[in-house]
Order: sequence, then structure tokens, then C-alpha cells
Amino acid sequence: MSDISDWAIPVPLLFLLEFSPPKISSILLSNYVSPSNPPTTCSISTSHIKILPANRPAVASKPTCFHLYHRLPGLMPESCLLIIVGALVGAIIFGTDHKSPPVMDSSIYFLYLLPPIVLEGGYFMPTRPFFENIGSILWWAGLGALINAFGIGLSLYLICQIKAFGLSDVNLLQNLLFGSLISAVDPVAVLAVFEEAHVNEPLYMMIFGEALLNDGISVVLYNILIAFTKMHKFEDIEPVDILAGCARFIIVGVGGVFFGVIFGFISAFITRFTQNISAIEPLIVFMFSYLSYLAAETLYLSGILAITACAVTMKKYVEENVSQTSYTTIKYFMKMLSSVSETLIFIFMGVSTIGKNHEWNWAFICFTLVFCQIWRAISVFALFYVSNQFRTFPFSIKDQCIIFYSGVRGAGSFSLAFLLPLSLFPRKKMFVTATLVVIYFTVFIQGITIGPLVRYLDVKKTNKKESINEELHIRLMDHLKAGIEDVCGQWSHYQVRDKFKKFDHRYLRKILIRKNQPKSSIVSLYKKLEMKQAIEMVETGILSSTAFSVPQQAQRIHGTKRLSPEDVESMRDILTHNMYQVRQRTLSYNKYNLRPQTSEKQAKEILIRRQNTLRESMRKGHSLPWGKPAGTKNIRYLSFPYGHPQPARRDPRAADFTGNDSSDSELPSIMFKAHSRTGTLQERRLTHEIIPMKSLPSGGKPCHVRYPRNTSQEEHVGPGRREALRPKPLFHAVDEEFESGEESEEESSASGSRWSAEPRPSRQHHRSHSPLLQRK
Amino acid sequence: MGLILCSLVSHSQITRLYSRFTSLDKGENGTLSREDFQRIPELAINPLGDRIINAFFPEGEDQVNFRGFMRTLAHFRPIEDNEKSKDVNGPEPLNSRSNKLHFAFRLYDLDKDDKISRDELLQVLRMMVGVNISDEQLGSIADRTIQEADQDGDSAISFTEFVKVLEKVDVEQKMSIRFLH
Repeated sequence: MSDISDWAIPVPLLFLLEFSPPKISSILLSNYVSPSNPPTTCSISTSHIKILPANRPAVASKPTCFHLYHRLPGLMPESCLLIIVGALVGAIIFGTDHKSPPVMDSSIYFLYLLPPIVLEGGYFMPTRPFFENIGSILWWAGLGALINAFGIGLSLYLICQIKAFGLSDVNLLQNLLFGSLISAVDPVAVLAVFEEAHVNEPLYMMIFGEALLNDGISVVLYNILIAFTKMHKFEDIEPVDILAGCARFIIVGVGGVFFGVIFGFISAFITRFTQNISAIEPLIVFMFSYLSYLAAETLYLSGILAITACAVTMKKYVEENVSQTSYTTIKYFMKMLSSVSETLIFIFMGVSTIGKNHEWNWAFICFTLVFCQIWRAISVFALFYVSNQFRTFPFSIKDQCIIFYSGVRGAGSFSLAFLLPLSLFPRKKMFVTATLVVIYFTVFIQGITIGPLVRYLDVKKTNKKESINEELHIRLMDHLKAGIEDVCGQWSHYQVRDKFKKFDHRYLRKILIRKNQPKSSIVSLYKKLEMKQAIEMVETGILSSTAFSVPQQAQRIHGTKRLSPEDVESMRDILTHNMYQVRQRTLSYNKYNLRPQTSEKQAKEILIRRQNTLRESMRKGHSLPWGKPAGTKNIRYLSFPYGHPQPARRDPRAADFTGNDSSDSELPSIMFKAHSRTGTLQERRLTHEIIPMKSLPSGGKPCHVRYPRNTSQEEHVGPGRREALRPKPLFHAVDEEFESGEESEEESSASGSRWSAEPRPSRQHHRSHSPLLQRK
Repeated sequence: MGLILCSLVSHSQITRLYSRFTSLDKGENGTLSREDFQRIPELAINPLGDRIINAFFPEGEDQVNFRGFMRTLAHFRPIEDNEKSKDVNGPEPLNSRSNKLHFAFRLYDLDKDDKISRDELLQVLRMMVGVNISDEQLGSIADRTIQEADQDGDSAISFTEFVKVLEKVDVEQKMSIRFLH
């Protein structure tokens, strides 16, 4: 352990580095996406998932200084930047001739630095594609790691036998150990590069799954071989020991997973009861994950696999149980912890690069590099050849090339090399140097060139200059395809999955998930709108719809207006930016950014609009809007502000009322006022509607019923509103926006004796609304 | 029907799609209604959800049976290379490029007059676009779209013009779903 004073310099530096430009740029980068949001029309195979940039751009307002950085994550994986930063720190420390740079020893690494990284990987893994491809993933990750480890180890051993290289004192075990640690791949770093290209879902999952399991497997192998090395020092290894080693490998792996699953269930179960103590929900999540790790490690099982399994199991149930803020906290905290750990590791790596503890042996290093590539190629092509026989959708050669090329080593290998006990490995420095070289090579060279390679493999070149037509129709086709895919449903080996789902539904969910918990906003919104629609359908039996005549917006005489290229360009930009995104089936995984809420906004807009279209058409007496095209004109299209100010506001209604009355004589119109349109999406949305109604007995004068709807509150306002809509002559319903119920009552009574007919329902209406109002 | 289906999709896919069909069919009467489709949550948040649902139903009907379901889905089967050299005299397969384009065209053209008028285009545009675009902007985008595509000057996009505009686009791949292979 280094002295505290030795930390004096590095620690502030570390804090600085957490916010250093590269990190900021890489974080901000994911936010400020390149202006064109175009789907490239090429793909590796026909079923592709667009991994669109994580955030919708609002590029125009962003400062241009970030323009420099905005293409970086497409160019190189973030680990490149981190390594550079680490090397800089190392250079500084070395240059200032500081006594001893911060050292990492095995307890710090295995206890504190590694678990957050693994936890984050497990938590943010998209589960459905993972389990769909789990056979291939296990086959590839497990066997691939083993083949790589032993292959590299054996080949290096053979090289070491050659006397000329001066390596004859490195024995078989040491080589095998080196092979196991160098085969630990960290391909997640390259996933960010894939964001720009179309990647099909199984390919994405293979890479992700490999990253997830690879760490665990290499560490297990590493530990076994270290144990062997210790044994070897004192006694000979017999075949029985080797068999015991294999058995141990399996037990450690499976046992770890088993432990993780148990802890996952326990924590999910506990979160079921935490609604009143939601502040400690994140703590429970983290604590149990860490506990699973520690417990597994104590029993000599694989802690990494345990924590991964715990995260995967826990996620589904915990997400439903915890409150919204806890959920956000958990996500962000997890990201933060893992980023901190990874940064620290890379800095250690950079620091130890610049130092005197190297031993350069040309032969060893070159051959290591060569063998890494060769064995990875062998394992990829051999294993996939076999697994393709059993897959419904085999991986093409292009996919396999990409998987091969994404074998980027990362911090894991470095840590394992650094932690080799010197007593058992007299030539540790050489190993460390070799590891560093491999890491630098793969991260920089492979990491930077994989982007162009992926794009090159998407053979068809896109015509960047798409006309507006093309863009529009292409987006239409994308939506269409996504829709048809949804109709067809999830595609998987559905038997196993369906069985699991049934089991899950019948038993697990009942035990692990809290009852009556608030659902996600989208689901609750959808349900509310459905309820309202159902109410509407009932009411249309009561109400008679008016002759709905829409004053036609004067047909534009769209003459041959010659538009300048800039106009066309700006038009295209407007279109590109504002068109709805196609639904992504897989979450795009970005290590430094969380998925934003734009998809939610978009979904809400679409839902609301659709529901209103449906309702409006029902009002016209058609059961569905496709009967008459004219009826499907979008509501917004019809908003004719006859004296009604457009965006609704929350002030008292006096003006509105009188406004209403004055417009009574004008043509009836449907006005759709939505707060959402003014962009204050964070606040509760109120949508108001004025629906024309023919008053029944007292003919002639249409009366307006302001029909309040509040789409974001949980209350079921059905009964109250229903009564409000009973068609009494000159009936004015009370606007929900009124802050005080009394005011509105007076208003309405002031409008005449109209209320006398129905005082009670409206008051009930009030009452049903005022508690809602207070909650605002 | 068996002949048609076998030429469209493989046997295992038919089985899977049939089980999907039955799982959607809550009324268990062997046909799907529009409500059954609307129960799919992802379709609800698809901007073109309603039109896609509509595309499944033949003219004027409210129920679709499995044959009709498969017929619609068959449009999305990937085009295979060996099919390109099939005999020209036979009926054009449903998943030909032209038929795929026709499917997309029908999403716009609700009144089935083989033309996409400005209003129809505007409707679809509005469905596909967020709330930040004003009506005037949308109108001018629609105008521009028609202007680009229109060749016979009728201020509407006919099917041939539609095909021409998309000649550079890889429609076969955009409108193919892999597992309908």
C-alpha cells in the first residue's frame, strides 16, 4: 500500500481528470450528435436495427467549440481517450519525478474497482436479445475464451522453447496464465463505434454478451492457473489435478451464477416492501449486488458472474418496484461508479506505461500480438461455423469478420497482468509490457479502424443527397417495417421463452412485485386514453354528433414556386430533425450516456394525437377514421382559433367563458389545446377540448362544452365527467383549470339559471376535480 | 391456399405466424378485428399505426382471416436471388419490388384513386412529424415533395412517379423482414 502522501498529487489530478476535456467531450459528444440524423441505407444483413445516435440533436443552438469533438466517438472508442489521459498523468508523475506513483494491488482491484464495472455491464444489458441468443453467446464466449487462452499460451510456450529468444525460463504454466489474461477481451469499447452504422441485433448481442462473460471467465481461469502455479512450486502437478481444475472451472462458473440469481431474487423481494422508505432503495440494490459478489468470492466462486447474474435478475423486478426517483438514481449512480472505476484503471495503466518497470523482449511481444490475432480468428471462424449449423439465422462472414476485429483488449487484461505475484513470476515485467503493447495496439489501431471497416463492409454506398421525397418515403417505409415486425411479434425460440414467461407471470411476479404500483408513464397514459375512448364510445350513443363541417383551409394554389437550393436544404433539415424516430427494438448501449426520454415524448405525442383522431371520428358517427379521408385530418390541422387564444393557460376562465359565448354563433369547431404543444413537457399536461353539441330541446344554438381532460393524473375521472356531458340544454361544464371550485360555480351560476338543472352532478364534478387540482 | 402459402413462406414460419395469429385473436373466432391489432402496444405508438392496421383489412371489411393476414405479411418477404430469374409469365410474386412499393403507396393513398394528392401527403406528413413544425412549413414541404416527383403536372403523385422517385432506394431491403424468409 502506498503512503497517503503519495496520493496527494494523483488524487486532485484524478478529480480534474474526471472532468477533463476528453471525458467531457466524450460525455457531451453523445449528447450533441452530428446534425444529420439520417439512416444509412446499408446494412450488414437484412434484419438490422438502427442504433441511432442517443439523443435527438438540437444542434443549432450548440456552441461551435464542441463541433471539434462531435465526431470523436464515431472515430475512436472512449477507452482511447481514457488511455491517453492516463498516459498524460503518468507522464506528469514521471516527469515530476514523484517518488512512487499510486499502486494498484489486488485487493483494491478485485474488491473496489472491478465490481462496479461488471455491475453496470450486467444491469444495462438488454435482456430479451441476450436470452434469445444465449446459446450462441455461451458457446462463443465460454469456448472462445478457453480456446484463445490455451491456444495463445501453448503457442507462446513453443516460442519460448526456442533458445534464441532468451525466454526459456518461462515455463508452460506461466505461458498459459499469460494466455488466459491476454484473452480477456473488452469489446464494449467498440460498440460506440457501431452507433453510426446499422448493426443487426444478434451481432450486437454477441459482442455484448462476450464482453459480459469474458471478464468472468478469464478471471476464473486466471485464479485456477495461479493456484496451479503455486502448487507447481512445491509439488508436481498430476493429471488428477488437471481434472480437478476443469471441474473447478465449471463449479465456479455455475455456482457464481446461481448465487447471483439468488441474491437478485432476494433484493427484488425486499424492494417489494420499500415504498415508504424509497430513499434507501438504491442502497438496497447496490448493497445486494455487492453482497452477492463478496459472498461468491468468499466461497471461492466466481464473483463476477455472480454480480452479473444478480444484476440481470434483479433488474426486471426492481425496476417495477422502486419509485421513479430511485430508479433514476440507481441508473446514474451505477454509470458514475463504473466510469470512475474504469477511469482509475486506465490511469493506472497510463501511469505504469511511463515508467522504468519495463522489460522489452521483441520476440515475445511480437509473437504475442501475432498469436492474439491468429487465435482469435481461429476461434471466431471455427466456433461460428459450428454454431451456424444450429442457428435459425446464421451469422454471415461479414458478421464474423466484425466480431473478429472487435477483439479489443481493455483494462481487465492489464489489471490481471499487473497483479501477477512477482514471486511466482520472475519475468513479470515482460508480461506487463507485452500486455500493454497488446492493449495499446488493439485499442488504438483496431479501435480506430473498426469504424471505417464496418462502414466499408456495408457495401452499398448511400447517396447522401437524398431528396425530400426519398427521405420521407424511406422514413415511411421504416415505420411500416417496424409496425409489421411488431405485428409479427417477437421472434425467438418461443417455447422456452413462453414457458419462462408463464412461470414468471404466475409465480415470480406475484412474489416479487409490489401490488398497485404506479406504472410507467407511457403505459398509464395509454391506459387512460383507452379508458377515455371507451367512455366516449358510450357517450356517442347519447350524444348526437353535429354536422361537422370544417371550413376548408383555402386550397393553396401551389404554383411552380421556384425554391432556392438553400430553401430546399433547410426544408430537408427541418424534415429530418422533426420526423419521428423509428422505434428501436434494442436499447443502444452507450457506456457514458443514458437513454434519453425523447422516445417517450414522441410516443406520448403520437398516442394523444391518435386518440383524438379516433375520438373525433367517432363523434362524427364513423366507427373508425379510415372511412372518410377527410375525417382523418389531424386535429391540429383543424385548430381554428375563432377568438380562442391558442395555447391554454391556467388563469381564470372569465375571458374564456365570454369568449365562448361570443363564438357561439360562429361555426362550431373542435379545438385542441394541448399544453404539450407549448413544450412544457415536464409539467402536467392538460388538454382541453371544446366540443360542439347540438342542444337538443332548445334548437338552433350550439352550446359549447368545455371538456377538460387531464392526461397525466392517475385518477379515474370517468364518472364525474360522464355526468358532466349529459346533454342538458345550455349546459356548461366546469373547466378543470379553475383553481378553486367555488369560483367556477359562481361563474356558471352567473351565466344564468343554467345550473339549476344540474347542480349536483357538477358539484360532484367539482369535487372529483378539486382534489386533483390540489395535487397540482 | 396451401400452394400460395408454400410459395410465399416456409413451413416453419407459417406455424409460428399462425401461433402469433391465434395469440392476437382474443375473440377466438379465427379472424382478427381492428381492435385485436390495436391491442399491440407498439403499434399504438407507431406514427403510422392506424394505417398499417388498415392495410391488413381488405376493402370494406372488418375482419381478416389467417389467409389475409399471411397475404399482407407476404409482401415483406425478402426477395431472393433465385427468384429474380423466375419465369416472367407467372403472376408477379407478392414480395416483388413493385408490389412492395404498391403497398407503401397504398399507405398514402386512402381514397384509392392511384394518386397521392396534396392533402393525403399532408396527412401522412403530419402523422410522421413532431409538433414543432408549423402548418405553413409542412405545407411547403408537401408542395416541394409533389413538385419534385410530379412529372405530368397534375399536382399529385401517381404510382409511376412514386416508383421513379424511389428508383435509387433499396426498397427490397427496406421492406423485408428477415424472419419471413
